Amino acid sequence: MSAPHPGAWWLWAVALAAVAGRTTNPVLLGLVIAVAGFVAVTCRQDTPWADSYGVFLKFGLAVIGIRVVFHVLLGGIGGPTTLFTLPEVPLPEWARGIRLGGPVTAEGLVFAGCQGLQLATLLCCVGAANALANAKRLLRSLPAALYEVSVAVVVAMTVAPQLVASAKSVRRARALRGGAVRGVRAVKLLLVPVLEDAFERSLVLAAAMDSRGYGRRAGLPATTRALTGVLVLGGLVGLCVGAYGLLDGGSPPLVGVPVLVVGAVLAVAGLWTGSRRVRRSRYRPDTWGRRELLIVASGLAALLATHLAPAHLGGADLTPATVPLEPPTLPVLPAIGLLCALAPVLLAERKKP
Amino acid sequence: MIRFENVSVTYPDAPAPVLSGVDLDVPEGELCLVVGRTGSGKSTLLRAVNGLVPHFTGGTLTGRVLVDGRDTRTHPPRDLADVVGLVGQDPQAGFVTDSVEEELAYAMESLGLPNAVMRKRVEETLDLLGLADLRHRPLPALSGGQQQRVAVGAALTAHPRALVLDEPTSALDPGAAEDVLAALHRLVHDLGMTVLIAEHRLERVAQYADRVVWLPGDAPPVAGDPGAVLASAPVAPPVVRLGRLAAWQPVPVSVRDARRRAAPLRDLLGTPTRTATRPGPELLRARGLRVRYGAVDAVRGVDLTAGAGERVAVMGRNGSGKSSLLWALQGTGKRSAGHVTVAGADPADLKPAPRRAAVGLVPQQPADLLYLHTVGDECAQADRESAATAGTCRALLDTLAPGIPDDRHPRDLSEGQRLALVLAVALTPRPRVVLLDEPTRGLDYPAKTRLAAALRDLADDGHAVLLATHDVEFAAEYATRVVVLAEGEVVADGPTADVVTSSPTFAPQVAKILAPQPWLTVADVETALAAR
Repeated sequence: MSAPHPGAWWLWAVALAAVAGRTTNPVLLGLVIAVAGFVAVTCRQDTPWADSYGVFLKFGLAVIGIRVVFHVLLGGIGGPTTLFTLPEVPLPEWARGIRLGGPVTAEGLVFAGCQGLQLATLLCCVGAANALANAKRLLRSLPAALYEVSVAVVVAMTVAPQLVASAKSVRRARALRGGAVRGVRAVKLLLVPVLEDAFERSLVLAAAMDSRGYGRRAGLPATTRALTGVLVLGGLVGLCVGAYGLLDGGSPPLVGVPVLVVGAVLAVAGLWTGSRRVRRSRYRPDTWGRRELLIVASGLAALLATHLAPAHLGGADLTPATVPLEPPTLPVLPAIGLLCALAPVLLAERKKP
Repeated sequence: MIRFENVSVTYPDAPAPVLSGVDLDVPEGELCLVVGRTGSGKSTLLRAVNGLVPHFTGGTLTGRVLVDGRDTRTHPPRDLADVVGLVGQDPQAGFVTDSVEEELAYAMESLGLPNAVMRKRVEETLDLLGLADLRHRPLPALSGGQQQRVAVGAALTAHPRALVLDEPTSALDPGAAEDVLAALHRLVHDLGMTVLIAEHRLERVAQYADRVVWLPGDAPPVAGDPGAVLASAPVAPPVVRLGRLAAWQPVPVSVRDARRRAAPLRDLLGTPTRTATRPGPELLRARGLRVRYGAVDAVRGVDLTAGAGERVAVMGRNGSGKSSLLWALQGTGKRSAGHVTVAGADPADLKPAPRRAAVGLVPQQPADLLYLHTVGDECAQADRESAATAGTCRALLDTLAPGIPDDRHPRDLSEGQRLALVLAVALTPRPRVVLLDEPTRGLDYPAKTRLAAALRDLADDGHAVLLATHDVEFAAEYATRVVVLAEGEVVADGPTADVVTSSPTFAPQVAKILAPQPWLTVADVETALAAR
């Protein structure tokens, strides 16, 4: 059985990220991290990037730490429960509104921690998507109009490790010429051979791609190209604004879903007109089937359960107040929705012991 | 199939054309081998076939190149992708995707073939080249020989009428090269593919060729029967040189043909008188040397000594730990366990400057060491770095490769000249022990002979020379002792004649022809015949 379509995993992860973007409730955020982690570990394939969830999780923990440290130093939300007071650095008149040091309150710490946790959860969602689906394979499923862009990205991702290897070998070779060189000179000595190497590699690669038929295309009139450009740009702007509106709970409802839909329509139209220019076929394209639908649907269930939850079913507990402090409660409907997002586990291949 | 009509190629800013007056016709189903010194225009000729010269490289091409009736003047490389497949020297540098199957499909995707056709051709190609077990493997995880077979397969799936290969086995160990050549042989014989191939290691390919094209560099190319052309060319495999020496007519190209004629020569030569070389005082001693990267044991407990005047060749498959061993011996590379002693001190404990005065190393990519803009600057810098009197490095360079102007950029040198420059840089602090990692890459036969002579002079001068190589002919010509590594362990260590003649993979052509008599090189035979 082949791996599910990478697009399905990314949509599922984006849905979980949208849940995390809507709430600062630590219980719910913890649940998102747990769900994403469990699915990532259970459903991942035997691939080099399968361990990326752990990397992103560590990254997330670092983010929480940074957020809390910044809060302690710079302050922000205050509250009645002062834990300790840092010496305050007096700032000149023009820097009014910024505070260095001062009292640190329990309410403020909890608030900063929850916000950091929210960011960390978003990172974990990206990490889960990375572990489950190869970003390169996802690029292969991009519309033909974006083919050049995806090739550039794939080449860049291949070249990066080669650059590191090349830098290592040059540095080792440099040690043979005695005397460690430091500072600006070292950068130059290291850079010249590494860049020469990278440049030569890219020429070889370009020649290889050219000899293998890269860039055979049908001609297209200038007006169509202009139309494609306008449609794709407009679509992208629409998608960005719409996604922001959807993720930010505070924006007017009109900015969310409707703008997102308009943007998507524009982008699809642009990609369609642009795709006619590229005459390429795709080897073993990833297909959509019931598995992919189940994965996306499970993500959507979590998303809808969170965003549409009525106040008495947990909608009110999504952003718990930090002043005064109170223990967070479990929002019932969003939690049930998140448990639905575990459904992809059912698809996981039984690993032989 | 491939037709050159009075073709000349001149690169911009070049004083003279690289190729001039080339008239060549490669008919369908022929395996045609292009030979010539480094810089004689072999790569240019090959790349002109699919239009990379001049569409991609720039320069002026006069005359006409026709492939399957298509003129490269009006067809850029991408429009010739369905008639010519090109395979380069370094397969990994040309990979676009990251798994075997996708790489095989890439050219077909560019041609816009329907999915059903692609599936069928990928399966056929996987079987044809014996890659079926590797189909889902990531490309960087493959060995050199496997990668080169994937590169051949990736060119084949577009069903080109002609296949062009530029030094396909240069970077490979003997076993992997056999794999690739066997696959090519099969393509030519089973599918009638037209193949144009350039190679420095003629001993590997000459026997498969139907025709040889020799590019003398300053005169129009000479094409004809392999034996006849190679017999008059300065680049010729040992079997041809032996045939020339023994005046066999026609000159044999394969070991098999030569062996059938060799009986009288064998009787005449008898057993070579071996002068037991006594190594001088011990300069290098390694005990229980281990190198470990993560979970991989690159070198596992190697014991090795080298004395003054010894020339040691370290041989073994790609990835058998040769490079790691050299770097660990030098002290700059990683060492996980064991002891190394050079002149009473462990080089790893020394500071870089005294370390290079103890052990000199020429890395696999000599260019990594060079970063200045002229040869003169590099030499002056080497003198400063090793606190040698000014002009030391330049003098060394002149003995190794005379006549390199001071104002030349190191990148504009030929492979052999660049190697000589790096060797001179490494020798400037006067180390007694010299290590070279795979120095014969890209060198033609005359350049290799010159390198062997230079290394022999060094050894006679009281140095211990160790080099890693998988060039069996070079090892036979140069080494007094051969050490064979497998999976990081020493599996054989002894005088060259004993080690190489006992293994079919490492035996040079002359040894195969004159077995059971342990003769190794044409030069040995020549001396013996002259003495008679």
